[in-house]
Amino acid sequence: MPEETILSDDFLRELINVGEVDILVGVHTYNDASTIGQLVQAIRAGLLKYFPRQRAAIINADGGSKDGTQELIRAASISDLQHVSKLQALRTLHSISTQYPGGPASGNALRTILAAAELLRASACAIVAPDSIIEPEWLERLLRPVTRDNFDLVTPTYRRHKFDGLLIRNLLYPMNRALYSRRVREPYPPDFAFSGRLASHFLSQEVWSQEVGRSGAEMYVTISAIVGEFRLAQSFLGPKTRVEHAPADLVAAMRRSVGTLFWSLEDNFRSWSANSHSEPITTFGPDHELISDPLPVNRKRQHEMFVRGVSELDTVLKAILSPPTLAELQRAATMPEPEFRLGDELWARTVYEFTAAYHKAVISRDHIVQALAPLYRGKAHTFLVENRDSAAEEVESRVEHLCQEFERLKPSLLEMWNGRK
Amino acid sequence: MWERFLNEMTQATLDIVHSIARFLPRLMVMLMIVVIGWVIAYILKYTLRSILRLAHFDRLSEDAGATQFLKKVALPSSTELLSRFVFWVAWIGFILIGVSVLGIVGVEEHIARFFGFLPRLFAAMFVLFFGLLAASFFSRAALLAAVNADLPSPRLISSTIRTIIIVFSVSVGFEELGLGERTIVVAFSIVFGALMLGLALAFGIGGQDLARRYLERRFMHERREEKEDELSPL
Repeated sequence: MPEETILSDDFLRELINVGEVDILVGVHTYNDASTIGQLVQAIRAGLLKYFPRQRAAIINADGGSKDGTQELIRAASISDLQHVSKLQALRTLHSISTQYPGGPASGNALRTILAAAELLRASACAIVAPDSIIEPEWLERLLRPVTRDNFDLVTPTYRRHKFDGLLIRNLLYPMNRALYSRRVREPYPPDFAFSGRLASHFLSQEVWSQEVGRSGAEMYVTISAIVGEFRLAQSFLGPKTRVEHAPADLVAAMRRSVGTLFWSLEDNFRSWSANSHSEPITTFGPDHELISDPLPVNRKRQHEMFVRGVSELDTVLKAILSPPTLAELQRAATMPEPEFRLGDELWARTVYEFTAAYHKAVISRDHIVQALAPLYRGKAHTFLVENRDSAAEEVESRVEHLCQEFERLKPSLLEMWNGRK
Repeated sequence: MWERFLNEMTQATLDIVHSIARFLPRLMVMLMIVVIGWVIAYILKYTLRSILRLAHFDRLSEDAGATQFLKKVALPSSTELLSRFVFWVAWIGFILIGVSVLGIVGVEEHIARFFGFLPRLFAAMFVLFFGLLAASFFSRAALLAAVNADLPSPRLISSTIRTIIIVFSVSVGFEELGLGERTIVVAFSIVFGALMLGLALAFGIGGQDLARRYLERRFMHERREEKEDELSPL
């Protein structure tokens, strides 16, 4: 889709009326009426408090909400905020809402926001997830490294429950770190900030017309910034509050994140194959904080679904995995739930064999990503059991061990990739 | 009398010699066509084999499940089989053209029928191959979706889908060949109907407990499971 068709005439007119801005905050929404009002007020408060002298705009890209999300954003006027917090605006804070074409997809929304940022010549942009419960300070923590320290991409770190974000801790962070050699704690960032320079770089990529650009943009943003050798930093935002919502769809989440990571390896082979060890990136605040409150988790179901997956997907797994790895997984699946463990070495090897199978397209690539879901449940079960009573340090030490396994086994992925195995 | 006999014999011999003289060039032409046909068919086979190898046709065939079937009946790989098939079809075509040059009465009609049949044969093979490919893809998609959604009997769902698509492709293939069109349609209807009835009975009678457990888990305990599985993967 050419850039001029992303921005509707009305939206373009509104942007032209705004002129130029220093800071742009983008929010992509789709039926987020329950959280959007509070979110927009927090963004406004953050901009007025920490960037009172900068020209700023809030851009909402909506996927066609039916619950009045857009109306709520338009209705949240600046006077309400001044009433509550006594913040004084030195400049006009623009707030524009538009409906982007192509149906609800975070990638389509991001592309609309990027196009707006480029048009408004914003020097710093932040994207805030619509279901986040944020504090005004988050804006400062995300945007300051860009405006003050000239970083190009600032990803978040949060205070999270030790059992939240298991896919990130057990696959995305270790694998992204091992392959792309940067220790980005949240490689799939729901909230992040970037420079105008990086916004133009993202916008010029040809990924937007592909499925990855539509649904896996968050992961792509991180990888693209690493490969493009832009200046990366991560900033501690605060507690990531869990919003009441329907149970997460694991397969959809894997397609967006793992699918994008696998896909990215094709074009970036030269970049990831050359690096042998990972390096930390500049971090503002702690790089992680874990909460260990008791949480009801159905571990047994995770185990059952792993066992069932290994047994039922036998024919599919045979096409993807090497016989020894499959045999080990099958052996693990025979163990009773209390004794069952999916070790780091086996897990890293399994993920790399899936990566190589994806590269060689031994079966449909989407099927490969889907087939990984039940095996991930086995790893998630092991993580839940091993860290049931663990303190934050122990959890972190286990995550670090897994990361090292992924780094250690990277040469085997290269061998499989090049067809020597 | 003897003179007349000799004249007749000479005439007959001359006729035979003339016939052979007329036939020999045709035979030579036929042999030339057959030899040239063999060379062209061989080049076709070689070219097709190279193209199919470059296009990783064997992998596609493996994906469709055709390779496993070929292995079971001790046939070569799909690439080799298709190349050989094209070789033989091309060469037989040239042989038949050569035979038609001989001008044997009645043969030409059969040759025309053979060439008329070829497009239908290719269409039937095309339908069957892509039917197998679709059956493999959709049955695997169903298997993965069923496993990830924790549905009961994923393999049954998957193999049902596979069987329906294969039966459908075979019936379309046979229809394309013009073989027992009515029989195939009736057979397909019977197989499809029986399959559906069988599934309904199996689920309704044999799988009462399974159905009850599934429905209970799906609707009655949904709230509790949602609460327990609220962990966000990202």
